[in-house]
Amino acid sequence: MRPTFSIILFTVLSGAGYGLLFLCGLGMAIDGLPANDSAPLLVGGLLVSVGLMASVGHLGKPMRAWRAFSQWRSSWLSREGIAALATYVPLVVLLSLWFPCRGNCVWLSLRIPACLLLAAGCVVTVFCTANIYACLKPIRAWNNAYTLPLYLLLGLYSGAMLLLTLDWPPVHSGAYDARMQWLWLATAIIIAPSCALLKWRYWQWLDTRAVTPDAGSATGLDRIGSVQSFEQPHTEENYLTHEMGFVLARKHSRRLRRIAFWLILLAPLAVFALGWLIGWPAAWLALALGMTGIFVERWLFFAEAKHAVMAYYGR
Amino acid sequence: MVALRTMAPVVPHARLELNKPTGDEVKTTTCYMCACRCGIRAHLKNGRVRYIDGNPKHPVNRGVICAKGSAGIMQHYSPARLSKPLLRVGERGAGEFREIEWDEALALATKWLGDIRARDPDQLAFFTGRDQSQALTGWWAQAYGTINYAAHGGFCSVNMAAAGMYTLGGSFWEFGEPDWDLTKYLMLWGVAEDHDSNPIKLGLGKLKARGAKIVAINPVRSGYGAIADEWVPINPGTDGLLAGAFIHELLRTDRIDLDYLVRYTNAHHLVIRAPGAADDGMIARDAEGNALCAVSAPREHHPHPDPLREGEDLKASRIDRADAVDIAPLVVGEYTLPDGRSAVPAFQLFAERYLSVEYAPESVAQACGVSVETICRLARELAETAFDQSITLKQRWTDAWGREHAEMVGRPIAMHAMRGISAHANGFHTCRTLHLLQMLLGAIDTPGSFRYQPPYPKSAPPPNRPGKTRRPNGTLDAGPLGYVHAPEDLVVDAQGDPRRIDKAFSWEHPFAAHGMLQNVIANAHAGDPYRIDTLFLFMANMGWNSAMNTTATRQMLCDRDPASGEYRIPHIIYADAYDSETVAFADLVLPDTTYLERHDCISLLDRPISDADCAADAIRQPVMQPDRDVRPFQDVLLELGARLKLPGLVDDDGAAKYPRGYAQYMVEHERAPGVGLLAGWRGADGASEGIGAPNPDQLARYIEHGCHWHREIPAAGRYYKMANRDYLEWAKALGFVGSTQPIVMQFYAETLQKFRLAAQGHGAAQPPEKDRERVARFFDPLPFWYGSLEEAKAPSPQPSPQTMKPSGESEYPLCAITQRPMFMYHSWGSQNKWLRQIATRNYLYLHPHTASANGVADEDWIWLAAPRGRIRVQAKLHAGTAPGTVWTWNAIGKRKGAWALSANAPENVDGFLLNHLIDESLPAGDGKTRYANADPVTGQAAWFDLRVRIEHDENPRVDGHRIELVPTKGLP
Amino acid sequence: MTSLPPPTAKKLGLVIDLDTCVGCHACAVACKEWNDDGDFGPLLDKEPYGKEPSGVWFNRVHSYAVEQDATHGASRELTVHFPRSCLHCETPDCVTVCPTGASYKRAEDGIVLVDADKCIGCQLCSWACPYGAREFSMERGTMQKCTLCVDRIYNETLDEEDRQPACVMACPTRARHFGDLGDENSAISKLVAERDGYALMPEYGYQPVNRYLPPRPRRDGCNATPETKVAHEEQLDREKLPGVLRWLDRALSR
Ligand SMILES: Nc1nc2c(c(=O)[nH]1)N[C@H]1C(S)=C(S)[C@@H](COP(=O)(O)OP(=O)(O)OC[C@H]3O[C@@H](n4cnc5c(=O)[nH]c(N)nc54)[C@H](O)[C@@H]3O)O[C@H]1N2
Ligand SMILES: Nc1nc2c(c(=O)[nH]1)N[C@H]1C(S)=C(S)[C@@H](COP(=O)(O)OP(=O)(O)OC[C@H]3O[C@@H](n4cnc5c(=O)[nH]c(N)nc54)[C@H](O)[C@@H]3O)O[C@H]1N2
Ligand code: SF4
Ligand code: SF4
Ligand code: SF4
Ligand code: SF4
Ligand code: SF4
Ligand SMILES: [Mo]
Repeated sequence: MRPTFSIILFTVLSGAGYGLLFLCGLGMAIDGLPANDSAPLLVGGLLVSVGLMASVGHLGKPMRAWRAFSQWRSSWLSREGIAALATYVPLVVLLSLWFPCRGNCVWLSLRIPACLLLAAGCVVTVFCTANIYACLKPIRAWNNAYTLPLYLLLGLYSGAMLLLTLDWPPVHSGAYDARMQWLWLATAIIIAPSCALLKWRYWQWLDTRAVTPDAGSATGLDRIGSVQSFEQPHTEENYLTHEMGFVLARKHSRRLRRIAFWLILLAPLAVFALGWLIGWPAAWLALALGMTGIFVERWLFFAEAKHAVMAYYGR
Repeated sequence: MVALRTMAPVVPHARLELNKPTGDEVKTTTCYMCACRCGIRAHLKNGRVRYIDGNPKHPVNRGVICAKGSAGIMQHYSPARLSKPLLRVGERGAGEFREIEWDEALALATKWLGDIRARDPDQLAFFTGRDQSQALTGWWAQAYGTINYAAHGGFCSVNMAAAGMYTLGGSFWEFGEPDWDLTKYLMLWGVAEDHDSNPIKLGLGKLKARGAKIVAINPVRSGYGAIADEWVPINPGTDGLLAGAFIHELLRTDRIDLDYLVRYTNAHHLVIRAPGAADDGMIARDAEGNALCAVSAPREHHPHPDPLREGEDLKASRIDRADAVDIAPLVVGEYTLPDGRSAVPAFQLFAERYLSVEYAPESVAQACGVSVETICRLARELAETAFDQSITLKQRWTDAWGREHAEMVGRPIAMHAMRGISAHANGFHTCRTLHLLQMLLGAIDTPGSFRYQPPYPKSAPPPNRPGKTRRPNGTLDAGPLGYVHAPEDLVVDAQGDPRRIDKAFSWEHPFAAHGMLQNVIANAHAGDPYRIDTLFLFMANMGWNSAMNTTATRQMLCDRDPASGEYRIPHIIYADAYDSETVAFADLVLPDTTYLERHDCISLLDRPISDADCAADAIRQPVMQPDRDVRPFQDVLLELGARLKLPGLVDDDGAAKYPRGYAQYMVEHERAPGVGLLAGWRGADGASEGIGAPNPDQLARYIEHGCHWHREIPAAGRYYKMANRDYLEWAKALGFVGSTQPIVMQFYAETLQKFRLAAQGHGAAQPPEKDRERVARFFDPLPFWYGSLEEAKAPSPQPSPQTMKPSGESEYPLCAITQRPMFMYHSWGSQNKWLRQIATRNYLYLHPHTASANGVADEDWIWLAAPRGRIRVQAKLHAGTAPGTVWTWNAIGKRKGAWALSANAPENVDGFLLNHLIDESLPAGDGKTRYANADPVTGQAAWFDLRVRIEHDENPRVDGHRIELVPTKGLP
Repeated sequence: MTSLPPPTAKKLGLVIDLDTCVGCHACAVACKEWNDDGDFGPLLDKEPYGKEPSGVWFNRVHSYAVEQDATHGASRELTVHFPRSCLHCETPDCVTVCPTGASYKRAEDGIVLVDADKCIGCQLCSWACPYGAREFSMERGTMQKCTLCVDRIYNETLDEEDRQPACVMACPTRARHFGDLGDENSAISKLVAERDGYALMPEYGYQPVNRYLPPRPRRDGCNATPETKVAHEEQLDREKLPGVLRWLDRALSR
């Protein structure tokens, strides 16, 4: 599949945003994060918004995006849209709590439910996002059991890295339990290998010779013999070959896989290692490395995915 | 069709209207996107063509429409349309023009053509390419008085046309078709698409539905071959051998229809055996000129002849008129004519030739690339189908001699052949071999076999000879194209040298019935046989895909005479509708309309659209008005004629006779009293057909009837048309044949023998010395096979397939051929934004074995080299290609600047034309004469005789077509 | 609703005869032409006269080289042409993935359509279709696909004989058939039964309605039975064939 920038941006940023908001939600619920720490909330909100904008921008008719909310009964994209929209509600509630609220403001009682709802909304949204891809049967690279956990884990991972960076102690002047830092770092360090290893397993699985359609089975002509494409319906590219006929050379794919794997795996450790020495820039550096890893991972997610229709083209 | 009940569907679709009118108006007309000429309906909406579909009531296509036909709409709206007359201002070929008004354009053309006509009308070469109105253009040339007129047949299929017309009085090409409803076995020889595009496809569909067997004899398996039961990957140019081997097997196993031969052909006619005499090889005739044959004398007892005592039984024979009926002709033996000369039946000569070992399957298998077993099996299948599965129609009919028959017996073997046979220099004889094979099987115009399409059959050959003398009023005595019957009919001067600029009807190519358009530019450039003043082209992309040696041809068009500084071809007028490659070479461009903007006439006097069951003709009517300053070429030609005051184009006081243009001409013009371009609704009241006075309402009648007319042949006249009184009377009434005399098929082509005798020194008209050997060799009255002419410098009277190596086998081991893509018409398709999406580039296809033997990988760029030069092309592997052959789709490659394509269009950058490698002439065998690269009998361009080899490129993965040619002598 | 309708009784679709198709592209172009200026058009083209021309088509014709071997009965090569368009599947994900309801399957006849007015151009449906039946152009912004000529087949302003898909009417070999595959007595259902018509890639579970008729067994040298095969006389001496005079005795009649 052609790795389209807007879609990669969408999945990576919204994944990171929801991961961050999820941790915020949880963190605030257990008072691990100051309830008025709006920065991660704002950043999370911004990231998911940019991501969603990117995905809307990818549409042929962006102005009609609202129509996407209607088909929640069958469509993961529709569900994702609704979940994403719904997740804004607790987010907005939480952000509004940041405004000075004297006395027993009723709003305060909403805090815990909002935090939990936010966390739940994030999970549900990323769950839907993952399923948009996972449910596409013609694309074996997506239509498998890895897609969902990887989306969730990588979302959490990038969220943790973000939080780590945003909540680096020196940034905060107020009273705040710095031990939570360790929690985020630990989360990232623990999730990192899970992500990297799961991804690695996925790649191994992807490389197994599976029964995917070829010219013979796609045309059903395998019932009479072995089939090779002779002439294609068009000598230049068309929509299908352009969108779904993207081929990544094996050499590049191997290199990029390694890059993604090591970046994702090692980025949190870099914080751990360098943090003592250089302080908060280590977190930014690690964030950059980790996010690069995820970008590469996501690029590969598309670029390595083969669409069944290409079997008709003998590709 | 399924009957669908209309319901009010409950759909969530915002604006789904199921009963919306699809347009404002429907106009019928005739498609022009190829020469098949299907009936179409143009659906108009808001002043535009909304879509075009097939006319279900039309006899040609019965509602279907091909890719080109549907895409015709994009041809009509093509950005490459010309919009105004153009006068060249830059150098030839640079494409720099000034737009001028029609008045100026016509005045200029009138001046040029008028001067020439006063001086020497032959200085005008009027060549009309893919013309569909030859009934007009040929007549115009005759009125103008030039012998130098031709349409595109010479480079197209004249081998098929001439071999057919000289043999059957009909032909595979345009004048006949398989019996799609009844045949059980169709053998396709070298057919990719053909002119009968939709009828063939409809027919193949019928065959498939019925389970008839289809055999495709073709070096490539694509298109029609793809759905054939059997693919015979023959080596190009060897079909004559394969057909010969079939004949050999049929003769050997005695599976032939001798009764059919003696009834309908001249196989039993006696051929005089008098070596060296002036009548050797001629058919024996009585004093009245009636052909003679030997017949068994009535005998009580019929002893079995003992072959060892040959001749013993001949006493029991007598000589009779060959056309007598109820006789028992003898087809073998040697007989003494009443005047003492010796003669043998033509069949015997034929059988001796084809029973010889030269045509044995074992002898031809290797050259053909077809196994002995396959050859023998196919021959047997032919016989089994023809004889063991013959069909009988319960249909009474009367033969030409008045005998009634209760049924029609059919040999359900049908053959069809086209340019795979025709585009070789041995195509005439190969095609004749096929016709003789058909005759042996009794499979011509019988139920289930090949069938004539009216107005054919005509006498073989038809009576009209090419015009060659000018009458006092400057017109030619006959149309410039026709059939020569004897050396006297040739268009040569007193020395026997060519009189026509293309050398058609000369000793070099005596039967060039369609002219030799492909030679005009090279000959005019070389001044051989003479210089001309004006080359007037219509609808022929001679600067590109219909030129051989294209690059040199383009140079010739721009070349100046060093002495005078003038262009060697001083004036070029070109009428095209689009900005083709050739436009850039014209001095004056006359822009034509598109086919949807004019009247046209698909006349029975031209290439008719009849099928085997009906005679038909059709018209085009304008369905749109031009939005540019263009005029229908036919109107322009009539106006030019009137301005030139050509006889027939002006009335007695010099006023234009057809001021309302072609539409008026179509209705009012009479060739002979009562005979005009259109056969339907003639007579003042519109009640006559075929013959009748002009009817002013005729076009309205045509339009009411979907722009076509057709008349079914009565059921009793549908088969055996050459000798069926029911047919012949019907045909005579419509003016198709002059008499109801049976048409005798020329198993033995005596006409050819006349030329051979002339070459052997007999008669008043004899070939020049240089041509003698050649004429003597190739004017064999019985078909034979010979290899490529480049190799066969030393003429041998008898073919010897084993020793025949294809030309330059070692140096250029591969045959290179082209095929028509079904979705493109020659060069026009690439300006069509839909069609070009299917293919903007062409590849060179070759068999994987050929590729690996040459170290070529799929999609590599390689060089294809021939003696003429080499071109860089992209290779693709294709298992459906015979290993010794490489091929490509024809005319996809384009020249930058033409067709309104962007300069970097793949057609210009990656696509290619094979023509750059095809020589227009043969290597000079004797160092003197360079004959055209064409069939020595008919002048048919030998496109498919090209031989090549593969050379490597250093960067096989770098794209880009290139041409590297060996410099040609005499060119800048 | 993008939720699928309950199984439809009427299943309109196409049956394409691969034994007869000559790969002429007539169906593809007729389809393009009919739809370009119709309610489901335009079918936009990009760089129509330029370097990389491309456009939206609802029907595309492939061709394949098929090699048969012993396991398939005989060793021979075939060329098979293969037109590809929407199969109007019974349970296709191209409908269910659609977030807007633009992609839907008609309850009355099973035709799968896109409502251009609702489509947001997310392209998910084209990703969900393994058959490549949906095409999209950024310029237009909405998804397009074969409509089974729903605007022809019910259209009472057309003559009854014209109420058929444009591609079916155009096909010069008549390799394309249209009808109700839900009715086992319909002509095309019978054709499918008779010719072992098959559905493409059933493994996706979309249950295509359209059927393809496989190439019929070829009758060539490979499967010639011993009796039809020429027992070729190996020792045949071509120099000593019967002379032509053996026909002397033939009583012919003219
Ligand atoms: N290598 C190779 N070369 C071949 C062949 C081959 O098989 N292989 N085939 C040969 C054969 S058989 C043929 S017939 C020739 C065909 O070659 P051409 O006769 O050159 O045929 P076209 O490319 O069709 O070009 C005819 C011209 O007609 C113009 N035209 C189209 N419509 C109209 C119209 O309505 N009015 C006017 N005035 N002009 C119009 C087109 O723009 C074009 O310039 O090619 C020959 N060349
Ligand atoms: N779509 C479309 N239709 C056309 C045209 C077009 O350009 N496009 N052009 C029209 C014109 S002008 C013409 S003349 C006709 C021509 O129609 P066809 O006669 O079908 O012409 P070609 O495409 O040249 O096909 C020649 C076939 O012969 C095969 N062949 C080549 N050499 C040999 C050989 O030695 N032996 C045998 N057995 N086969 C051989 C080739 O592989 C090819 O399949 O088509 C007409 N119809
Ligand atoms: S076969 Fe020729 S005439 Fe008929 S529709 Fe196609 S292009 Fe037109
Ligand atoms: S073929 Fe593709 S687009 Fe058509 S219904 Fe099936 S899945 Fe949907
Ligand atoms: S592209 Fe249009 S029809 Fe397809 S899924 Fe998206 S909204 Fe639905
Ligand atoms: S049914 Fe109509 S829309 Fe579908 S492929 Fe055929 S012509 Fe095109
Ligand atoms: S129109 Fe008919 S024969 Fe031509 S490609 Fe389409 S299905 Fe095949
Ligand atoms: Mo031609």
